[in-house]
Amino acid sequence: MAAILKRELSGYFNSAIAYVVLALFFFFSGFFFYAYCFVGDSAGLSIVFANMFYIIMFIIPVLTMKTFAEEKHRKTDQALLTAPVSLTEIVLGKFIGAVIIYALCCVIFLVYAVVISFFAQPQWSVVLCTLLGIFLLGSSMIAINIFISALTESMVVAAVVGMGAGLLIDTMSYFVSIIPVKWIANLLDKINFLNYYTNFTYGILNVADVVFYLSVTALFLFFTVLALEKRRWS
Amino acid sequence: MIEVKHLTKRYGKTTALDDISFTVESGEVLGFLGPNGAGKSTTMNIITGYISSNEGTVTVDGSEILKEPKKTKQKIGYLPEIPPVYPDMTVRKYLEFMFDLKRVKLPKAEHINEVMRLVGLERHGRRLIKNLSKGYRQRVGFAQALLGNPPVIILDEPTVGLDPKQIIEIRKLIKNLGKKHTVIFSSHVLSEISATCDRVIIIADGKIIADAKADELYTALSDRQKLLVTAEGKSADVMAELNKVPEVERVNKLGAAGKGANRFEVEYRAGTDVRRQVFSAMARINCPILEMTAGNGSLEELYLQLTENAKGGEN
Repeated sequence: MAAILKRELSGYFNSAIAYVVLALFFFFSGFFFYAYCFVGDSAGLSIVFANMFYIIMFIIPVLTMKTFAEEKHRKTDQALLTAPVSLTEIVLGKFIGAVIIYALCCVIFLVYAVVISFFAQPQWSVVLCTLLGIFLLGSSMIAINIFISALTESMVVAAVVGMGAGLLIDTMSYFVSIIPVKWIANLLDKINFLNYYTNFTYGILNVADVVFYLSVTALFLFFTVLALEKRRWS
Repeated sequence: MIEVKHLTKRYGKTTALDDISFTVESGEVLGFLGPNGAGKSTTMNIITGYISSNEGTVTVDGSEILKEPKKTKQKIGYLPEIPPVYPDMTVRKYLEFMFDLKRVKLPKAEHINEVMRLVGLERHGRRLIKNLSKGYRQRVGFAQALLGNPPVIILDEPTVGLDPKQIIEIRKLIKNLGKKHTVIFSSHVLSEISATCDRVIIIADGKIIADAKADELYTALSDRQKLLVTAEGKSADVMAELNKVPEVERVNKLGAAGKGANRFEVEYRAGTDVRRQVFSAMARINCPILEMTAGNGSLEELYLQLTENAKGGEN
């Protein structure tokens, strides 16, 4: 697993992907930070975090589109799948690689909080909780997008479908409000990602929220292993 | 060393492999021959654990690939048809990655140097793989398969797309590998296989149609052998006399060969030797033999005929 993780990280930095993702993330978060906190004269980072979801929705599919689609396209998966490593190790190596890049993105919020601390007292509980929330939310999106990448041979398809999934998650509450069948609406509401995110932004660390994101992550990583296993049999 | 039993692989409704069984002894170099799409790659992909078969088992050195995948994969070095290399890495970084991935327990830098020297990459360690020519990429793939000195090495069409000089080098390499490793390699070029292998398996349309030692291939493939005879005397007499030899199945006149002599093609049952009888027969009727050579037609022809037959049977 360590070998795959190392290869993933070097792959991100050898290609432009890591730099593009980090630059986009820093640019937009910096813009929102400037607009809301400086121009809007506020010490709260919550709105910045809330707006970042749109950016995350676009950059995570870009980050993960290569993971399995490109391996399959270039047939380098033959080296991985015939090496003495398990599918779980391969999937985890790739997942952790993407999560590390994403974590580097999120660290910028700590910088913003420190900047605020020069002017006002930031609410550290809110900042740290929201940071954890945005990290867990992103990790689960990474797992979903890795699964999507494992289903196709085309990076473009993986990225577009991933962005579609992100949009679906974002617009889930609209669907909930317009679907007349009550139990479907309830079910959708239960799996609405953003519902579990709100508590974090108030500085409340709710175990149920943490468990939700961790479960989604584990579930989709498991699906990825199954998808790879299925490919071997078909 | 390798035991393949009753492998069957179906892709949807098409059967890619149909009940294939064979064994490879330790230290043997086995050639896998067949036209494109015959099932060579599928077989190799199953042996190495890249895909799974619908039926059948593969055992490598006592461990079964489906039951103990890690242990079995550790024993195999595999070069697939397209070398599984990452274009964004340098040769050395890539080999280091594969070294770690395969959990090789040898001294890292030393072992990688040795493997790079073996395949002729020692001066290219710092080059990016995307800048390498096809031949060199193939070598990188080759080096990757050799990492950790696995007892079994499987090479899928290792010489496709290489120039003649590189082909000769790779063949030499395969022959050398055969001294220490068990090697299976595939090709659709017959001469290559017969030049490099101890044993040949011919596969067409998912079935094994021949399994023989390289030098006995013709005998194994055909139930008749040929002898070319040039003899003096009336051709009718010569043919009549030759036909009296019990093992001879047919005699064809090929044409005149100089003054008073003719060339004949004598077809006789495989596994027998009729040269003495032919000599005595010609001596009896006083028609001296001027020339006598083994006239086995080209192996290529036979191979084409066999693989075509297999296809014909399918349709």
